[in-house]
Amino acid sequence: MIEARQLQKSFDGQKVLDDVGFRIENGESVAIIGRSGGGKSVLLKHLIGLMKPDSGEVLIDGENIELMNERQLLRVRRNFGMVFQGAALFDSMTVAENVAFGLRRHEHLTEAEIAKRVAATLEVVDLPGIENKNPAELSGGMKKRVGLARAIIYEPQIVLYDEPTTGLDPIVSDSIDKLIIRVRDHLKVTSIVVTHDMRTARRVSNRVLMLHDKRIYASGAPEEFFASQDPVVRQFVDGVADP
Amino acid sequence: MHLSANKRATYALAELGQIALLIRDVGASALTFKISWRDLLYQIYFIGVKSQTVVLVTGAFTGMVLGAQTYFQFHKVKMDTATLAVVGVSLCDELGPVLTALMVAGRVGAAIAAEIGTMRVTEQIDALRTLATHPVDYLVVPRIGASFIALPLLTMEAIALGIGASYLVGVELLGIDPVYSWDNMLHFTHDVDLAIGLTKAFIYGGIIALIGCHRGLTCGLGAEGVGRATTEAVVYASITILITNFFLTLALSRLLGQ
Repeated sequence: MIEARQLQKSFDGQKVLDDVGFRIENGESVAIIGRSGGGKSVLLKHLIGLMKPDSGEVLIDGENIELMNERQLLRVRRNFGMVFQGAALFDSMTVAENVAFGLRRHEHLTEAEIAKRVAATLEVVDLPGIENKNPAELSGGMKKRVGLARAIIYEPQIVLYDEPTTGLDPIVSDSIDKLIIRVRDHLKVTSIVVTHDMRTARRVSNRVLMLHDKRIYASGAPEEFFASQDPVVRQFVDGVADP
Repeated sequence: MHLSANKRATYALAELGQIALLIRDVGASALTFKISWRDLLYQIYFIGVKSQTVVLVTGAFTGMVLGAQTYFQFHKVKMDTATLAVVGVSLCDELGPVLTALMVAGRVGAAIAAEIGTMRVTEQIDALRTLATHPVDYLVVPRIGASFIALPLLTMEAIALGIGASYLVGVELLGIDPVYSWDNMLHFTHDVDLAIGLTKAFIYGGIIALIGCHRGLTCGLGAEGVGRATTEAVVYASITILITNFFLTLALSRLLGQ
């Protein structure tokens, strides 16, 4: 269970999050939507302790991670996998080395076992046989899939996605959506997807949170949320610019 | 003007504080003994083996110039055979460790800052953290460990080559008596001179890697941030080496009883 309580965050005096609070139960799949530059990625980074709030707290299974130092956080992060907006693959390593990174660091496996797990995970993300490629040789969609493979290889309980379909064409975006659903259903993970792609939010989540004006403005099941007549929600969902 | 000076002082203190915290993290990480030997060996190769050419050229030509200049002055007072002794002591105590460190700071310090800085701006360091890996364990400790090991070895090579090159210039080119020269060098260059040089090299190794890693880990965003971090790594490391050298010279001479 993940709970955010009264989170506040400012950068150079400019407030990005103001009194943000919500609770995500185990196994839930939540989409956090909102305008670009509205603080969605900042919020996501708070949930895994990559950023510290100015005030407020984040609880993971009842543990307040704001009270932990970086070394104590490492233990909590073993339950997380994160897919970055730009994939953030280690460019000095091959695909196999990227995907195997978490296994090599934290599990005592033989090289043969690691190779087997890497191949199986690349199969899950529909990229079999690319172990020896370098990240520079991959397309944007392939990088995100490899990033996902790296995040799920050690079977985390929670997977965070930061703009997983941004910059991808509709067909690749569709395949990433399906992959997120497959990972959610196969591994029974809690998924938190930050996106401003309405189709992704509708398909992959069973609850939508809308971040607007520095706080959680609206929340609800996708069918209820996307039928909302609230003008702010409507404007965002329909993609209408201010007059 | 007053405010600007205050801001600068605050910034400098904050930087020193960050470096102190980084040293604490490196100590804590080293005490866990979870060092990746593969990464350490690679860094020794990168910092030590790949720096050999630049360090050996520097050592050889410094020895040759120092030998020639010393001979020109000593020849006036008929002390030609003391040339190699001066070269030996100078290279062991000062020029060997300092010039080696400055050359390595230019090559390795910049590379460390650029690599870690690029990782920071492309979120690779955040990715490390999400994979439950402390950036200090994975990035900083192997580089500092390798630098501690590589610098004394490179310095020894530079000193040996410098003395050898100076001998060749003095004996073959300037006509100094080889036996007296060599004997004088052995007589005046003591073990303690080498000990001082290698202790300095060890400390400079830590300074170069620590400053390179710190600049990389704290670099600003974008290509400009990485570029600035790279330049600062070289400048700060070089200045720190030169300032530290003065205090180390005093302290080590007193401690080791020179």
